[in-house]
Formats: sequence, C-alpha cells, structure tokens
Amino acid sequence: MSNAIPGFVATMDFEQPIVEIERQIAALESKVGGSVPSDELATLYATRETVLSKTYSGLSAWQTVRVARHPARPQTLDYVDLMCRDFCQLHGDRRFGDDPAIVTGFARIGPWKVLLVGHQKGRTTPERISCRFGCANPEGYRKALLKMRIAEKFQIPIVTLVDTPGAYPGVESEQRGQAEAIAVNLREMSRIRVPIVTVVIGEGGSGGALGIAVADRVAMLEYAWYSVISPEGCAAILWKEANERTNPLAAKSLALTARENLANGLVDAVIQEPIGGAHRNPKSMAAAVQAWIVEQLSELSRLDADTLVRQRYEKFRTIGSLRSHP
Amino acid sequence: MGAMAEPTWETSEVAPTATSKRAVPDGLWMQCLACGETLFRKAVEQNLLVCARCDYHMRVTGRQRIEQLLDPESFEPMNAKMSPADPLNFVDLKAYSDRIVQAQKLTGENDGVQTGTGFIKGRKVVVAVLDFSFLAGSMGSVVGEKVTCAIEYATDHGLPLVVVSCSGGARMQESGFSLMQMAKTSAALGRLDDAGGLFISVLTDPTTGGVTASFAMLGDVIFAEPKALIGFAGPRVIRQTIRQDLPEGFQTSEFLLNAGFVDRIVHRANLRSEISRIIDYSGN
Repeated sequence: MSNAIPGFVATMDFEQPIVEIERQIAALESKVGGSVPSDELATLYATRETVLSKTYSGLSAWQTVRVARHPARPQTLDYVDLMCRDFCQLHGDRRFGDDPAIVTGFARIGPWKVLLVGHQKGRTTPERISCRFGCANPEGYRKALLKMRIAEKFQIPIVTLVDTPGAYPGVESEQRGQAEAIAVNLREMSRIRVPIVTVVIGEGGSGGALGIAVADRVAMLEYAWYSVISPEGCAAILWKEANERTNPLAAKSLALTARENLANGLVDAVIQEPIGGAHRNPKSMAAAVQAWIVEQLSELSRLDADTLVRQRYEKFRTIGSLRSHP
Repeated sequence: MGAMAEPTWETSEVAPTATSKRAVPDGLWMQCLACGETLFRKAVEQNLLVCARCDYHMRVTGRQRIEQLLDPESFEPMNAKMSPADPLNFVDLKAYSDRIVQAQKLTGENDGVQTGTGFIKGRKVVVAVLDFSFLAGSMGSVVGEKVTCAIEYATDHGLPLVVVSCSGGARMQESGFSLMQMAKTSAALGRLDDAGGLFISVLTDPTTGGVTASFAMLGDVIFAEPKALIGFAGPRVIRQTIRQDLPEGFQTSEFLLNAGFVDRIVHRANLRSEISRIIDYSGN
C-alpha cells in the first residue's frame, strides 16, 4: 500500500476480502507503532498476497474493465513522473486549442529521447471534467499528429500511452471533425518514418484509442482492455440495454482482455501488472512499462525508415479473419 | 426526411428485411418516407430511387448503386467470394454466425461491400460500394479486406478510386478485428496518396462510426448526397452524453459542408458527371 497513489479507494466488490485484510493490517500496524511486524502481522501480509493474487488471476472480463478504470490506476502523467526524465510538455494544435485529454511532450525514457503522447483522464474532479474523463476532442488528435510530425523531423521515436473510453461524442467535437481527425491520424501514423511504440495502460476504447495507436509494437497491460466499443456501448445496442446483467455479457463477448487480444494477434505483448493491479504499485508498474518500451526502441532503432514503415504497414495489413469462399 | 435513423445495429435489425420502413417495398406503388407521397415504383427506380416530389434520396443496395454509378455492363467484381468468419464465436441475443446466414439469405450477398473495376462515362475506375442492407453495412474483416484490396489495386494500376459509403460503422461482432480494419484501410490510402492516386469518397445516408473515422473521411475530394446522416458518434449517444437536444440539421451533409468537412453536396442524378469531372481535373 505504501507505493499506492494517495486517494486510493477500493471500490470494487470483488476486492472486499482484501479490503477486510487490509483493515486488520492497519489496525495492527497502529498498535505496533511502526516497529518490527509481529508474527500475526506477517501472517496477514502473506494472506493478503495470497488473496490478491488469487482474486486477480481469476478476474472476469467485466472485472478487468473495472480494474482498468480504477480511480487510482496510474495515468499518463503518473508514468511521466515515474519513468520519464526532463519532461517538456508541448501544448496546442495550432488550429483550435489545447486538449488536456491528450498530453504530448518530449521526454527521456532510459537511454532514449522520445516524443510522449498519451491520454489523460485526470484525477481530481476538476481535472476529470477538463479532460472529459480521457475522451479527447478532435484538437487532441490533431495536437498528437502535429507533435508526431516534429518528432519525425528530428528523428525522435514516438511512445504513446492509450487510456480512453473512446473519443468524445459531443456536438462541438462533431462540428470540428472528430471522425476526420481520427482518420487522418490513422493514415499518417501508418507512414511516419520513426519508430512508434504503444502501451494500452488502461482503457482502449475504439477509434479514440486507435487514433494514437497505429504503432510498430503495441502492448497491453495485463488488466487493460482494448476493443471496438465499450462493453456498455455494445450492451446498449446488441442487448438493447446496458445494465449490471448485460455489461458483463458484452465484456466477455468482445474478447477485450489483454490475453485475448494477444491470442488474436491484435497486440504484440502483455505486460504483467504487480500483484493486485497497477494501482497497488504504480512504481513497479512503471518500471515494467519502461523496460518494455526501452527494449522495443532498441530493436526498432536498428531498422531503416523504409523497412520500419513497410513492416508497420504489413502488421496492420494482415489483420482480419475471413473465408475466401462462402 | 422524417426522423433520422440511428446509425446503430438496431437499424440493421430491421433494414435488411423487405418489410422495413427504409427499404423499398415490393409492389407497384410505394410511399416516400419523407413526404408521404404515393409513388409509382417503376418511376422511382428510373429516378435513381429519389422521390420526384421532395427529392428525398432513398437508400440503395450495393448492386443498385453499382448499376446507377457505372456504365452499363462494365462492372467486374473483385474478391466476390470473400465471406465473413466468426473469429470470436460472438453471441449476443443471437449468434453472429446466424446473423451472417440470415443477412446472406436476405440480400444474396456474401458481406456488406461490393468492390471491383468499371467505367464511369468511359473512365476506368476502381469502386467500392458499401451495402447497408447487409448488417448495416458494418465493417468487419471482409469489408476491411475488400476495401483494402480495392485501394491497393487502384494504387498498383494508377486508377482513380471511388468509394461509396453507407454504413453504421465497425462491426461489433468482430470486435478488435473490426477496429483494426480502420487502421488497415487508412494505411492503404496513405500508400495510394504516396503514389499520387485519386480517391473520391462519396458519403451517403448513413455514414457513421468507424467507417467515417477511417476511409470515408480521407477522400481527396469528398461528396455527400443531400441530407445524409454523417457523423462519428450516433445522435442518440451524443444526446445521452450531453443531455441536451441536438441542433436542427445536426450531422447532415449540409451541416458537414458548413463545418468544412465535405467538398460538395451532389444530387444522385449528378453523381456520375461530378465524379467524371474530378477525374478529368486530377488527370488520373
């Protein structure tokens, strides 16, 4: 718990047994007063680990979605703090404004200078409102592309972190061309001549996620989700109503978990989360994400730009499942 | 036109059937859905399925569109036998595999897009035409693959590409596979663009979701039929999100023209000549 981001609130029913153990630990710790843990305390710690790993190894698709949305789950700016040095945020799309739902800037990750692009949901209520809970507007996607172009010009690799329920559905976002902004990003990212690596750190909701995820390598965190539509959206349409009964059914049908996306060849890797999820230990989560990014960039940096772009094209070109005959 | 259909799967539940409000019913006479006028069916068909009284552009199937758009007998289909798999064994209230079979029976098509080559006023083109009557013209692996093959053919043969969109968006039953078709088709258009190829995108009622947010919005020139519903999110989703009524005419062709996302609104009767004109200007 010591590593967790302040403000951690356990909100998930399936975590109740863990919450109970943690309550007992807290009670004992206050008695011990911070000195060497008693045997009883050590037992409780061990029990907590066991219950945590048992709970988290058996999460359903819908429970996974809820972990991916946990309010204390690390967001792009947390990863900036935990794995980047010398972050230099760059604002604005030079056309309309600056969308806080997508953060862009130069950063150093391990030995690499990179351009970082990531969805930001916000943590406090005012932040969440200004970030629209991670739902970007067209100017967010246009800002991302503008900065990616600068990275291309200066031969700086691009790292994107995906965490959005979907692009924002509003009157103004339609008026300013939400669809066009995403479409242009898909086309342009496919031919950018520097390495691009993507990690889905939380929610990978539809076109709003893909709009910054046309990458040479794509990983998902163990409890992230990535799909063509949110489970609620899918349930509302195919089950006629999104509710406690239909959301889990939709989540299961959509094959949205990291393992399923890996098995279906839609992502390249799954990055394991700390026991009990990224929100329980953001520091070790960020270390794992950093290690994966650094490894991919080292491999991709060996390719010339033509090969890189050709391989990226082939990667998406070959995705699909169909029959050649009826 | 009357109340606009939601560009969702719910429409697809009714759209493919002959009794649908949207489809043109069998019989000698039919009623215009927009103005209610009783029309002689043959005359409406000769008028490209446009109401002679109020100019309402009725929805047309992929085959009808190809007949209307191309010079007679000039269409040569590509990948006609490609048909959908069910990679996720998707089941909602009904199994996807059953939906596929049902849609195939109703439409006589393998999936929701026709692609091939043909001529428009003597100019050779590659065409892709989405068919709303097949599962709401939704893009799964087959639509994505056939559109991509069409784009690549246009790129390799230096031919102009014309795509007529009519779709509720990405096909949910193929989940991530459908999503990635957006990247695949858009990447192929990047190559067509690199090669100096011409892409004319024609938006018809409705064009929404993952189709709008990929190839449909990437035309060098974008036409829209009058009063079509065109958008990213569906009107119902937006209404639920902002909890306000939507402005009059929101997400219509005319709205997009004003917002700067469509080049021209083109009456169906002028589509062939307008496309030919752009091809001539492009020198493709």
